[in-house]
Parts: sequence; C-alpha cells; structure tokens
Amino acid sequence: MSDIIRRDPRREWIARNRLHPLHDSVANAVQGEVRGPSGLLRKNPHQVGSIGPNGLKRIDRLKGNAVAGVGNKRSAANQETVLPLHKVDNPDFYIVVVPDMIGGRLSGHDKDILGLAHTMTSTIEGTGAVVAVCFGESKEAHYDLAGVDRLIHLSASEYEGFAPEARLTALTHIEAQLAPKHWLFPDSIHGGSDLGSRLAARLGERPATQAWQVSSEKTVCRGAGGSLDITRQTPRILMLLEECGEAIDETRHEALAIEVDGISVSEPALQDKGLMDVDPSAIPLAEAEFILSAGNGIHNWDQFHKAATILGATEGASRVAVDDGFMPRFRQVGATGTWVTARVYLAVGISGAIQHMQGIGQCDKVVAINTDAGCDMVKRAALSVIGDSEEILAELMLLAQARKKGSQEEQSDAA
Amino acid sequence: MQPNVVSLVSIGRHPQSGRARRAEQDGRGVELGLKLAGEKLSVLHVGNPEEPVLRQYVGMGLPAMTVLKQDETADAVPALSDYLQQEKIDIVLTGVRSESGESSGMVPYLLAEKLGWPVVARVADIVSIKDGVAEVLLALPRGQRRSVTVKLPFIASVDNAAAPARQSAFGPGQRARMESVNTHGEVDQIRVNWQEAPAKPRPKRLKTVKAKTAADRFKAATAKPQGGSGKVMKNESAAEKAKAIFDLLIEENVIR
Repeated sequence: MSDIIRRDPRREWIARNRLHPLHDSVANAVQGEVRGPSGLLRKNPHQVGSIGPNGLKRIDRLKGNAVAGVGNKRSAANQETVLPLHKVDNPDFYIVVVPDMIGGRLSGHDKDILGLAHTMTSTIEGTGAVVAVCFGESKEAHYDLAGVDRLIHLSASEYEGFAPEARLTALTHIEAQLAPKHWLFPDSIHGGSDLGSRLAARLGERPATQAWQVSSEKTVCRGAGGSLDITRQTPRILMLLEECGEAIDETRHEALAIEVDGISVSEPALQDKGLMDVDPSAIPLAEAEFILSAGNGIHNWDQFHKAATILGATEGASRVAVDDGFMPRFRQVGATGTWVTARVYLAVGISGAIQHMQGIGQCDKVVAINTDAGCDMVKRAALSVIGDSEEILAELMLLAQARKKGSQEEQSDAA
Repeated sequence: MQPNVVSLVSIGRHPQSGRARRAEQDGRGVELGLKLAGEKLSVLHVGNPEEPVLRQYVGMGLPAMTVLKQDETADAVPALSDYLQQEKIDIVLTGVRSESGESSGMVPYLLAEKLGWPVVARVADIVSIKDGVAEVLLALPRGQRRSVTVKLPFIASVDNAAAPARQSAFGPGQRARMESVNTHGEVDQIRVNWQEAPAKPRPKRLKTVKAKTAADRFKAATAKPQGGSGKVMKNESAAEKAKAIFDLLIEENVIR
C-alpha cells in the first residue's frame, strides 16, 4: 500500500450529510484515527460521549475518575474503603517493635516506628513479620491499621505501671523464642529508651540511639548532644527518634496474637511507690497537663488563684492580663509567651487573639468560659460556656471541693 | 551513716558555642552527691587529667577528684567497672546522656550489668536513705514524679529535673588535688568504622495529600481545617454549666 492518503469524496459527503439514508453506516464505519486533508487528526464531536438517562448527551471529561458525582454521592458516603490485607504466613524473620503505648494507645511516634519496621522488612531478603510487644492495659483498637503483623500482649499485673525489670525479663524471653532480626524502641522519655538500653546491656549488643535515618544497612544517628551525625552499620537494637519513618496507611495487617509462656518474673529491685502529688504551679507552663488561663474577663483575681489551687491546675494568662500586672510574665501563653502543650486548656475570659491561638495550637481539649458567644476562643473550644466567669468558677470550686470531700470520706470508710 | 557516693563526670559541650564546659546533667549529679555525702563525695572522670574543665567540678566544694587516665579513643566502661569493683560504694550517679562522643546514655546500664546492681533511670532527687534502702524520686514527662525505693548499692542517672548545679569557685577548683590513676584502655573497635559529620538539620515532614483526582486535591488544598466548634452552652444555669465543665475535666482525667 502506498502512503498517499486517498479520499473518497462521496463517502465524505455522506458522512457530512446527516439526513442521507446511508449516513449511519458510513459514520459508524469510520473508526480509529481520521486525518484531515492536511494530515491533522480530526475528532467527530457527534461520536463523543453517550446519551444519559434522560435523553441528554453526556460527555465524561474526567476519564472515569468522577467518583464523587452528584448521583452517587449517597452511596459513596456509605461505602467504607476496605484496605488490602497484608498477610505473612510463614515469616523467615521477625522485627520486634516495643511501643511506648502512652495511655494504652499507640502514639504517633509508635506508629512511625511500625511503618519504619515495614520498610526495613521489605528491603531484607525473605519474608518478615513485624511484631509489637505491648505491656499492661491496652485501649488501642486498630493494631491492624498501624501495621502490626503479630502481637504479643502481656497484660499481667506485674507489667502494669512502672516495671522496667519485669518487662526486661519478658523481652529476654521473647528474644529466646523469636530471635528477632531487629529490636526497635522509641527513643523517648516515656520509658522506651530506658527499656531499650536495659535490653541492649543484657544482650551485650551495641545499640544505635537517637537514630533518625535507618535502612537495613545504614543508620544515621545523633551524637555529642545532638551536634553530630554518626553514620554506621545498622545494629540489632535501635532506639529511634520521632518522625524516623512513615506510618502505615494503605494496608491492613493481621495482628495475630503470639503466646509467650514460661516467663517467671522475680521480685524487682525497684519497688514502685506510686505517683507523687506535684505542686501544679511548680510545673513549667510549656509541659503542664492542665492549664487554667485568665484573660481580660477576670475581675476577681483572688477567686481565680483559689480556683487554680482547688482544681489542681497550672495558671496561665493572656497578654492583656500580664501587661496589666495581674500575672507574672512567665505565665503568659501565646506567640510572645510560652507555647503550651496541655491536654486540657481552660480559658476564662479570653476571647482569643491570633497570637494566643497560636500558643495553644497543640492543646487537645480547649474549654472556654466567656461572655461573648461570637469570639474566636468559642469557635476553637470543644466546650464553651457563655456567662459570667465569677459565678461559674464559684460553682466549679464547689463541685471540686465536694468531690475531694467524697473521696476523703471513702478513704476513711475503707480505713 | 553517710553513704559512699561516686559521681561520674564527663566533659560537656556548650550547645551554641561548642566550647567545653561542665556538663549540665553531670553537674546536677555532683550537686545531688554533695547533698547526700557532703565533702566525702568522690568525683570520678575517665580521660585526660589535664583537662581544665574538670576544675569546674571540684570547684563546687570538693578537696580532690580522681581521674582514670586513658586515651580518648578508648572505651571508658571496663576501666570504670574495674575501679568501682575495688571500692566499697553505695550509690553511683551519672548523667542521662553525655554531651560529647556517642552520647548513647548506655554507661549506667553497662556498669549495672557488669556489677550486677540495679539501675534507676532519670532521677530527680534521692529523698532519704534508711537501713540500706533509698527512696528515689523519678522525673516523668509533664513534670510528674514517681517515688521508688531501691536497695543499696545502685546506679542512678540524674535527669535535668534535679536541682541545678551550684556555682563553681575558680580558686578552690585550681587548688584541688587531681589524683590520676593509670589504666590501660582498649580502643573501641566498633567505633573506628563510623563516619562522623556535623549534624544536618532534619527535614520537616510535609503534609502529603493522597488524592486520586483533581477534585479531591482541590478540596484538600482549599478546605478550611475543621472548625467544627464544639458544644456551646448559653441559657443553662451557672451550676449546669459548671457541671458540664467538671464532667469534661473528670473524663479527661486531669482531676484526681
């Protein structure tokens, strides 16, 4: 065949004339590329799209990606995406992660480490399973979504609370049973680095601490008080900094339980005598758990200080209260003061300037007491109460005192 | 009876200028040791006895200190454990992490494993010592404290929450005796193969949007962070409002 484009003027004329009796057969017969006289690609707009349910022509320009269309919005909302299940049947090796489990749940740090464990298993030859070892009571419901292939949950009472020695004994048993390729610990003040160091000393391994860039061969960790990057071979025991890996979010995992038997915990040398009562005003504002913060709306300052002592809260203040001389400068919360990380922040009479809102950005629960229902603090708060702060603080103090009395009576009854 | 206390000290590093200084946590360890044993506290360092920074530790009110003379590349733990085994010691105080070298914080754990003593991590204070049992306060996150009792002898690492080190006096520090003990250290073979470089700033994690379509990406880029304001109580009585706040505080477990 020659390359010369041959034209059939009669067929073209029929194709143009939609009233011609042969038009349909000619128009449908033209398939694939159609070139114009100058060799340009021609599209027939009459053949694009399809006829919709009510007789109108519909052209899909999203190439089939229009998932959240108007018509199927309702069905999309009901549909819950089921992530693909990552299955490990007969693992060749194990990587054990010992998460902190602050408050019985996996923290962001823990999840990052589980994600890192999976990237490590994928680069090591053979199939590996990621094992999580959890101590004490667990409130975590989604081990499967965090990337736990196997779960060792030791919930006996001897592991509860402060029990580094009992936990170490359990870990040495797991070492004997599974012989894991790597042990990963969070390098945190919540007990992860303590437990990791204990295990490393017991096993005689040299751990990598403060590691932040880890592959199966090489590890970069911080040294000399954070001023040095040490590049070294990846050891068996690693203590990892925050954001060392990406958390799992595209797969589900089995979270099958592994039983560990025959752990005999001997009498610990460290006897836990429980948490101490700490003076809340002595806790630095930046790390206080519960802050009662005062702003321009406070008029009775004696009552405010009394409320803080009765509730056991650390005192904070907005800039106005500090500038007016009611509170010391180190109590100021906000961009020019302290950036706080409290779990509960009770803002009394603070309307919420943007600098103040920046300072409380990391707080979990904000409670506002204010007279103005439209202020920014009320918009940010999980619970807002509109009214006079003096009355509400007085009622709060009554409630706290009644609770204290109740618990004291209970104790005396028990005694 | 005063306990036999040893404080292990190292050469610190100022975080901004990088100059050698009295290490923050070791200084606190010496301060705690002074509180427990007074002038009888022995301060121990492994390394170069000529180092001028060591004078800052003895300048805190001590007549002398001991230095186990060793090369910088050598491992400090064997020399330390040999020395500590010879003496009759009740408490060994260290910092949590050194400010130079590997700063792995493993020294107290390795010593404890070699000597067979318990190790208490992140101590804020040692409250009392009675009948061979010490009551120790541990520093927990968020300024909380836990009380723990432990039998002597033990090793404790001193947290930043402990009492700050007192000012060091220059003259007494210069006049103090430096007792140097020769030890033969083995070169740390594993460490020879490491590469060290000044610390690079760590990359900040970016928020990645995993959207399949342009519409989803657009929504992720433009949607406001959920301002779904919580419960607002307006017309209830003051008692009801206070009750709601109090319930939330109890639910969050901040009122004990």
